[in-house]
Amino acid sequence: MLVYFIRRLGQAALVLVVMALLVFVGIYAIGNPVDVLISPEADLAEQQATIERLGLDKPLWEQLWLFLVNALGGDLGRSFVHGEPALQLILERLPATLELALVALVIAVTAGVFLGLWAGLKPDSLTGRSIMTGSILGFSLPNFWLGLMLILVFAVSLQWLPAGGRGDTVSLLGIRTSLFTLDGLSHLILPAVTLALYKTSLVIRLARAGTREVALQDYVKFARAKGLSSSRVIYVHVLKNIMIPVVTVIGLELGSMIAFAVVTETVFAWPGIGKLLIDSIVNLDRPVVVAYLMMTVFIFILINFAVDLLYSLLDPRVRLSEAKA
Amino acid sequence: MKRYLAALAGGALALGLAQGATSGPALADELVIGVSSEPSAIDPHYHNLGPNNALKEHIFDALIKQDAKQRLQPGLAESWEALDDSTWQFNLRQGVKFHDGTDFDAEDVIYTIERVPNVPNSPSSFSIYTNSIESMEAKDPHTLIVKTPGPRPLLPTELSNIAIISKETVADSNGGDWPKTEGFNDGSLAVGTGPYKYEEFVKGDRLVLSKNADYWGGEPTWDRVTFKPIASDGPRVAALLSGDVDVIDNPPTQDLPRLEADPEVSVYSGLSNRVIYLHMDQHADDTPGVEGTDGKNPFKDVRVREAVSKAIDRAAIVEKIMGGVAVAAEQLLPQGMYGASNELAVEAYDPEAAKALLAEAGYPDGFKLVIGTPNDRYINDEKVAQAAAQFLSRIGIETSVDASTKSVFFKRRNDYEFTVYLAGWGSGTGEMSSPLRALVATPDKDKGYGGTNRGRYSNPALDALIEQALATLDEAEREKLLQQASEMVIQDYGILPLHYEVTSWATREGLAYEPRTDQYTMAMSVTKAE
Repeated sequence: MLVYFIRRLGQAALVLVVMALLVFVGIYAIGNPVDVLISPEADLAEQQATIERLGLDKPLWEQLWLFLVNALGGDLGRSFVHGEPALQLILERLPATLELALVALVIAVTAGVFLGLWAGLKPDSLTGRSIMTGSILGFSLPNFWLGLMLILVFAVSLQWLPAGGRGDTVSLLGIRTSLFTLDGLSHLILPAVTLALYKTSLVIRLARAGTREVALQDYVKFARAKGLSSSRVIYVHVLKNIMIPVVTVIGLELGSMIAFAVVTETVFAWPGIGKLLIDSIVNLDRPVVVAYLMMTVFIFILINFAVDLLYSLLDPRVRLSEAKA
Repeated sequence: MKRYLAALAGGALALGLAQGATSGPALADELVIGVSSEPSAIDPHYHNLGPNNALKEHIFDALIKQDAKQRLQPGLAESWEALDDSTWQFNLRQGVKFHDGTDFDAEDVIYTIERVPNVPNSPSSFSIYTNSIESMEAKDPHTLIVKTPGPRPLLPTELSNIAIISKETVADSNGGDWPKTEGFNDGSLAVGTGPYKYEEFVKGDRLVLSKNADYWGGEPTWDRVTFKPIASDGPRVAALLSGDVDVIDNPPTQDLPRLEADPEVSVYSGLSNRVIYLHMDQHADDTPGVEGTDGKNPFKDVRVREAVSKAIDRAAIVEKIMGGVAVAAEQLLPQGMYGASNELAVEAYDPEAAKALLAEAGYPDGFKLVIGTPNDRYINDEKVAQAAAQFLSRIGIETSVDASTKSVFFKRRNDYEFTVYLAGWGSGTGEMSSPLRALVATPDKDKGYGGTNRGRYSNPALDALIEQALATLDEAEREKLLQQASEMVIQDYGILPLHYEVTSWATREGLAYEPRTDQYTMAMSVTKAE
């Protein structure tokens, strides 16, 4: 396990560095952020002074070298736009995105597994068919369209829920969260549902396929023959076995939900890191873009690792083979 | 996708789904404003950018203020005068207190102006407004003497951009060094004399201000003001319709007719100081975007420039592309603003004359041309460029459009990659010397001229006029010189103005917005309509 862990860590570090270099050089090639940031009133001397102040007058290799040296010390540079450390900007915004992704994940897993199980157990019933048809809809509706429709119906027309933004927050262990205020939750519902819909459909399909396969297995038949109640058969023996593919996929999808909730965050003016990324790309705010993508890679690595651990909890065979290796 | 979103938001109105903003969140005197872009910092000297400048007007005051038409009004200075060619006296307002109770006096002003060039990491410094100051002296606590190297008639205008901070509050915040931008952002140093106080700033989420009941200019209207950044057009409109916010800025042009038809919403529009123009490379024969001229640069010939100007139907662009929400331009600043000439008229659309001029200049069959334009910087920028290209193709100049996002566009423009490009200029000073100096004066690093003259138009007679105007303290005489300069460059077709942008704001019923030429969105401009 330890060897495996170290090997993974080494690979991860390599991925991080290569990615950072690619993005750094890529953004350097697009343009000069000063052209976008500076007041047009500024004269040529002031333009030059600003370029020097931001360290953009140095040749690319020198900027890159400075970046790498500082990065080793944990300093990913200061945002050109905000003048604050890039990492701090991202961490300030991260809780908003995390809570959105988390709520969406909970919705997707609960609704998805429940509906998928149902459709798998009764594949030919009307409900089962309706669930599967509904999941196709969930796959094909574009995120931004769904978001706007939800805004139109629930915010503009019915006026039940707010149209966007984040609600009241409370500080929990130094992290600002809106999960524990009524206003905060009411702001969270629409974006979370929007973000969850696609994943819900995905989970429905996985759970249904899994259920249909598992329900015919010998150990399920045996459990039934043993006289276990059908709820125990379903919720213990079937459920536990269909969770393995669900956990794999959800693990990967959680990463993409955190990193790429850009569209949902834009439609709902949600102050998360997705919006920060878009703004930073537009302004060529290189330190923030690089730091953001490095953090994204880091999150993916973490999640993959967590998924591996979860496997071994769910499936004893994985535990055994890992131990032997 | 933007248009799609906006159409959807508008579509709901047409369907009568919208119940409008009847149950707004604003209790008695609370105001929520949905803004398309948020300030990058609270520090008033960090970033010379529209949203930052609009914000600083709330928390801070300058010595001199600009009103909705950008005319100068007394601020923290009750009056000012030029004692001689290089000396100004500012008589400061007495009895003004900062939000934390410290007193305002001349030392605060001197400290502020000295800090301006010393803001670390500033992406766009305000030092361009303080460079001309040679020395400052407090004659007494409420009289400030400012020396400039020579006559500097724009000094009051320049100082209207500098927000005064409290020396007592900030001087010791950073161990004797100049105060840090972070201190302003977290509110501890964001202490001004302005009508609203800093309450809370969560980047990307909200900016909350509360009333300064002791404001020297009279009690402000709103107890509490919240700015919410909603960058996308459709959701911003939806937020207004759902009653989440009371006011939004920049409603998309295609939604304006529907918003205007909605009884629950009022729309306020006003002419801005921003002109959209075409600039043409007039530097050398070697120019990148032209083909079929045997290596010559046709735009060095004034007849070609005139032909291009006559070929473009500005009224049609305003009507069809801008939905009527723009005004055809005859020069670089609308008439009625300081230094704008009253002699000039919008170029008449005359394709026949344009063709004749082209033939006369030796291009009877036209040539091939590429126009550069940003596609996310000005209202409908790419569409306007497309329309101009169509008009030029009609007189035989086969024109295509090269549109790119602003970060790419500005880099390419600054590298002189376009023969003809579309861009805009907002006059920060609200008078004519700003566009003249930046766009058409011969580029000169030492004088600070021609910073955005990427067509490299050069006319020594014009340079002399601008220079003379900028050294003339007499208001009437300076205005005359600026008017002459404006006429000179327009009649020489050195640059082709297309239209002035009109800025709009939409409010829920019962509120009124006073449009500003500087396009700022401010709580002070929102009043309760009677």
